[in-house]
Amino acid sequence: MTQTPEHRPKAGLFVTCLVDLIRPSVGFAAAALIERAGCDVIVPQGQTCCGQPAYNSGDRANAQTLALQTVNAFLDCDYVVVPSGSCASMLKVHVPDLLADGPDREAALTFAAKVFELTSFLADERKIESVPGKYSGAVTYHDSCSGLRELGIKQAPRHLLAKVDGLTLQEMPECETCCGFGGLFAVKFPGISNAIVEKKAVNANASGAQLLLAGDLGCLMNIAGKLNRTGSNLSCRHIAEVLAGEMSAPAIAKAET
Amino acid sequence: MAGTTTLFKARANDAISNRGLQNALSELPTGLAANRARAKSALPEFEDLRESAKVLKDHTLAHLDHYLEAFETAALAAGSKVHWTSTPEQARATILEICQAANARLVTKGKSMVSEEIGLNDHLEKAGLEVVETDLGEYLIQLKHEAPSHIIAPAIHLTVGDVERRFREAHTHLPYDRVFNEPADLVAEARQILRQKFLSADVGITGANFLIAETGSSIIVTNEGNGDLTQLLPKVHIVIAAIDKVLPTLEDAALLMRLLPRSATGQDITSYVTFTTGPRRPGEHEGPEAVHIVILDNGRSELLAGDKRAVLRCIRCGACMNHCPVYSAIGGHAYATVYPGPIGAALMPGLAGVKETAHLAGASTFCGACAEVCPVKIPLPDIMRKWREADFAAKNNGLLQRAGLSIWAGLAKRPRLYHPLMRLSIAALSSLSRRRGAFKHLPFAGGWTRHRDLAAPQGRTFQQLWIERERGGPE
Repeated sequence: MTQTPEHRPKAGLFVTCLVDLIRPSVGFAAAALIERAGCDVIVPQGQTCCGQPAYNSGDRANAQTLALQTVNAFLDCDYVVVPSGSCASMLKVHVPDLLADGPDREAALTFAAKVFELTSFLADERKIESVPGKYSGAVTYHDSCSGLRELGIKQAPRHLLAKVDGLTLQEMPECETCCGFGGLFAVKFPGISNAIVEKKAVNANASGAQLLLAGDLGCLMNIAGKLNRTGSNLSCRHIAEVLAGEMSAPAIAKAET
Repeated sequence: MAGTTTLFKARANDAISNRGLQNALSELPTGLAANRARAKSALPEFEDLRESAKVLKDHTLAHLDHYLEAFETAALAAGSKVHWTSTPEQARATILEICQAANARLVTKGKSMVSEEIGLNDHLEKAGLEVVETDLGEYLIQLKHEAPSHIIAPAIHLTVGDVERRFREAHTHLPYDRVFNEPADLVAEARQILRQKFLSADVGITGANFLIAETGSSIIVTNEGNGDLTQLLPKVHIVIAAIDKVLPTLEDAALLMRLLPRSATGQDITSYVTFTTGPRRPGEHEGPEAVHIVILDNGRSELLAGDKRAVLRCIRCGACMNHCPVYSAIGGHAYATVYPGPIGAALMPGLAGVKETAHLAGASTFCGACAEVCPVKIPLPDIMRKWREADFAAKNNGLLQRAGLSIWAGLAKRPRLYHPLMRLSIAALSSLSRRRGAFKHLPFAGGWTRHRDLAAPQGRTFQQLWIERERGGPE
C-alpha cells in the first residue's frame, strides 16, 4: 500500500457473536484482509450482538437498545466491517429503521453508511487487487440470503475468489436458495429447517467441489452440520479463511487432525 | 401461542414425512418457479412493471373508499346489484339469500379464494344446495373433501394416482374398470361430468381478480374456461370479492395482467381473461339475468389503517409460495389457513387474529425470496416481523422462549458482563467437545443435533484472543 500510516482509515471489526464464540479464526482472517485493504483494524469491546435475535423475535425494545449500543461502540470508526451478510444487513438496513423515531436517528444513519459486509468492503469499497489466499481445487459458494437480497451481494465474493491462486469455482444448483438456518428458526422449527438443509446438502454435493464457502457462519454451521451427519466429503469454511490463506484451523465441524 | 405452534409443527412434520406430497412439491423449482424465471427474462421491463404495479396499488389503497364507491356507482349503472359485507358470516348469509330467492338447487362455482375464506360451500350445502366446483383442481379437492393447498394450484399436493382413485370412487355411474392412460383422460372425464352441471346450474358463483371502478366490471383470469361457463349459463351470477380487488381503470388491469400470469404460471397471458359488466341487456341472447357483486371486508379495513397496508397490494399470483423454502418443504395444508405460504403468514393474522395465526409469521427463515419475486413488491418479511412484534407484545409466545430471550438480551446489553461470561461458557463447551470438532448430541440443543452435527467452538473467544494479540502475547 502506498498510503502513509496516518492516512489509513480506521476500520472497526464487528466480529458477530458466532465468530466470536465459535470460530475466532474467521475474525483473524477478516482482520488480516481489512489490513491488507489499507485500513487499521480496531475491535471495540463495547460490541456484543447486532440484536437480530431480539428483532426477529418481535422484541423491538431490546433490539433498539442493542442497536444503540453498537452504534455507540463504533463512533470513532471510519468503517464498520462485518464478516456476515446477515449481521451486516441488520446493522446497515434495520438499525436505522429501529432508531428512526428517536433522538439517535442521525447517529444511526451515519453509522449505517459506514457499515460493510466483508466481501463487499474488500471488492466494492476498497477494490483490493489481490488476496494472499491460495487453494488448489474446486470450491462452491452458497449465497446467504440477507447478504444477497438485502445488500445485493452476489458478485463481490466471486470477484474475490477469482483472485485466489489455483482456485476454481463450481456453482451448485440453487445456490441462492435458503439453507434453512434462519437464526432462531433452526431452533424453533428444527424439523422444517432440516428438510430445507437436506436439499441444500444434495445440491452442494452435486457441485462436485471439495470445499463449500459462504459469508455467514450461521449458514455454514447449518450446512456443515448436515454434511457431516450424512458422511459427505465436502467440507465448509468461511470465505474469509480462503481469501486470507488462513486455513490452519480444521474446517467447520471437523476434528483436529 | 404455544398450542398453535405445536400443532403447526406436528402438521409440518407429517407433511415432511409424506412421500406423495414431497414428490409433488419437488416439482416446484423446475415447474412454476422456473416458468416464472423464463417469463421474466423474456420481458425486459418486468422489474419496471413491478414498480409501476406497486405504485398503482398503493395509490388505489390510499383512496380505496373513493374507488369502491365509484365501482358501486358504475356497477349499479350497468345493472348489477352490489352487497357490502363486513364479516364472513354476513357474506355467506347474503349469498345464500340470493340463491334462495332464485329458488336455486344447483350452484356451480369458479375458483375463488374469498369463497374459501367465508366457508361458502359448507354453508350452502347445509341449506340443502348442491355446490359443484368447476375448476379442475378445485373439483378434485372437493371430491376429497380437502381445502386448497395453494392459491392458484389448489390440488398441487395430489398425484395423478390420487386423482384416478378418487374418480373411480366418485363417478360410480361409469364402468369401474375404465382405463386412464394419461392425465388428459382424467381431464376428459371431469369435463364430461361438469358439462352436465354447467347446463343445469341455477346460480353461478365466481370470484374476481379485479373490480374496475370506472366501468363496474369484474374480471376473472383463468385457463380452463370453466369460469366463463359458470358465470354465463345460469340465470344468476354472483361475484364474491374482497375490497382490495378494486382498481381505478381498465388500463390499470392491463398493467397488472402483464405481471399476474407471468408471476403465477410463467404464461404471457392466461387462456381466458373475462370481463363482466352487468347482466344480459335487452336484445342480448346470452348472459345471466341478474348479477350480484358481494364485496367483503373481513379485517381488511383494519389492515388498511395500520402499518401492514402493503399486504393488501397482493394480486394472488402464488409466486411467494412457489419460491418459499418453508412452503416447498411442508406444502400448504400444514399452515391450516385459507391462504398458506408467505402471503398467508402476512395476511392471516389480519383476517383470523394474531393469537390464532401469528405463529405462521414466526415460521419463516426471512430469506426474502418471497419479496424478491412478488409482482407488487410486498415486503413480506417486514410484515411478518410486525406480526411477530404484535405477538410478542401480546405475550402469546411461550414462557420458556420469553425467558431465554430476556436472559440473553440482559447479557448482550452488558458487554462488561457478557465478554467474561462468554469466555467461561465457551471454554467449558469446548472442553466438552474434546477436540472432536462437533457435537453429535448436546442435551440443550437437541432440536439441532437430532438432525445435524453442531460445530464445536474453537476454544477461546475472538475478543479474548484479540486482546492478547494487542498486548503482544497471552495474558
